[in-house]
Amino acid sequence: MTPAVLAIDWSAYWQQSIFRVLGVAIFVILGAGTFVIAFLFKMMSYMQSRLGPMEAGPHGTMQLLAEVGKWLQKEDLVPDRADAKLFKLAPYIVLVSTFLLAVVMPFGPDAYFINVDTGIYLALALSSISVIGIVIAGWASSSKYSLIGGLRAAGQLIAYELPMVLAVVGVVIQAGTLNLQGIVAAQHQGEIFGWGGIGNPFILTQLVGFVVFMIATQAELAQPPFDMPVAESEIVTGYMTEYSGMRFLLFFIGEFATAAVFSAIAATLFLGGWAVPFVDLDENVMNVVGPIVLLVKMMLVGALIFWVRFTFPRFREDQLQAFAWKALIPLSLVNILATMVLKVAF
Amino acid sequence: MPRPRPQVPLKGLFVGLKTTARIFMQTMFPKRGIKTLLPAPTIGAVTVQYPYKSPPEVPTARARGVIALKEDNCTVCMLCARSCPDWCIYIEGHKTKAPPRRPGGKERTVSALDRFDIDYSLCMYCGICVEVCPFDALFWSPEFEYSELRLADLLHDKDRLGEWMETVPDFEPYEAGSTAKVRKVPR
Repeated sequence: MTPAVLAIDWSAYWQQSIFRVLGVAIFVILGAGTFVIAFLFKMMSYMQSRLGPMEAGPHGTMQLLAEVGKWLQKEDLVPDRADAKLFKLAPYIVLVSTFLLAVVMPFGPDAYFINVDTGIYLALALSSISVIGIVIAGWASSSKYSLIGGLRAAGQLIAYELPMVLAVVGVVIQAGTLNLQGIVAAQHQGEIFGWGGIGNPFILTQLVGFVVFMIATQAELAQPPFDMPVAESEIVTGYMTEYSGMRFLLFFIGEFATAAVFSAIAATLFLGGWAVPFVDLDENVMNVVGPIVLLVKMMLVGALIFWVRFTFPRFREDQLQAFAWKALIPLSLVNILATMVLKVAF
Repeated sequence: MPRPRPQVPLKGLFVGLKTTARIFMQTMFPKRGIKTLLPAPTIGAVTVQYPYKSPPEVPTARARGVIALKEDNCTVCMLCARSCPDWCIYIEGHKTKAPPRRPGGKERTVSALDRFDIDYSLCMYCGICVEVCPFDALFWSPEFEYSELRLADLLHDKDRLGEWMETVPDFEPYEAGSTAKVRKVPR
């Protein structure tokens, strides 16, 4: 511990704000970069018996820097008939939603950006902001592909928001709190039917909730098999069709950063967050180890998301809606009911 | 006809996941004794890092690599130049006298080739010139390593095109029982 750093009073509001902005930016950009390189470039290639990018850096690990450099050089085009102001604004709205989501993540006992009592509620509310950005992007592009893509995205994101929230309700009932730190503590100290050997990671007791949450996450991220809004064989790239250069890069970062943040949320809700089972370390040590543990769990969940993404073909639009309303929502409602009954019984 | 019901519900989903996981493991950890435990995707993947390693097998005999010219067979009929969609074949020739075939015969008039260039910076490898040539003067060769640093160097003159003739493979044998006339590559 360095007393010089701790001696400074970091409590001023502007100091905290700068710390949060920098911390969230680093988390989001590093998270997105790691996901793109590890999963999109490498894991996807290996699953198809390819090698992926190999030239830039060792095993092509610097490829993303080259790609970003390429996008930054490209011309920032705005279509003639487009609503220029809204068109330029839309990618930022999508990205802001991702950045705000990262704020609520807990990384350790004291390592968090904000610690609000309604953490998971705030996270789910913030995640729906991106829909507005996507619909604006679709509308402002003045392109039929963009409009159809934007409307499909809106329909899909609204339809899958509901099962996601309902899946989280099961966790909240079991943990007895909306606070993310509280949910982590409940998993660390919990017991499975009186047996406290490995705590109570909710993936074991809330398996149905986990499955529903991961399917809904897949749809929220518009990843295959739920990539109807950007179905390239039908509507080019949906709401991203008219974007180029920097603004396309923002959408791209937003997509993978959201994947990273949602993986972190799923790791916190269902895999025990920053805590390690049967290890009770000093709080100061946990503040350093916690982020690493969370990162490992996040990569596990991310690997699951991208594994599914690279395996299955796309849903049809009506099947996609029917799946949400007729299968996932009833399933999660039954899950809530069962959780309630068991919570009261035990 | 009713579709066969899957015996286990959602079984197909897991079969799919298993397949991608299996390919991933094969690529990441190829079987090679004790060293299997070390990740080695460059060995496990089907991809060959071509400029650094030579491909495991040369391109197949019918690959469209480069067009070879048998100059002696060319009669300057211009069919190839006219049928080329890209107009990338340039031919010039003149009439000349050749000695008679039999002693005491009349002198023959033949066409001599002055220039026969193919501009490979324009060529789209459609092969129409090879198809259309009635005198067996043009052939496909599977050679493909003739890239250049300057665009103009991709214009191959008739000497360069003639050199490719050595690399032209024999035609594949016809199926048993075929009565078609067997074509031979002039050597």
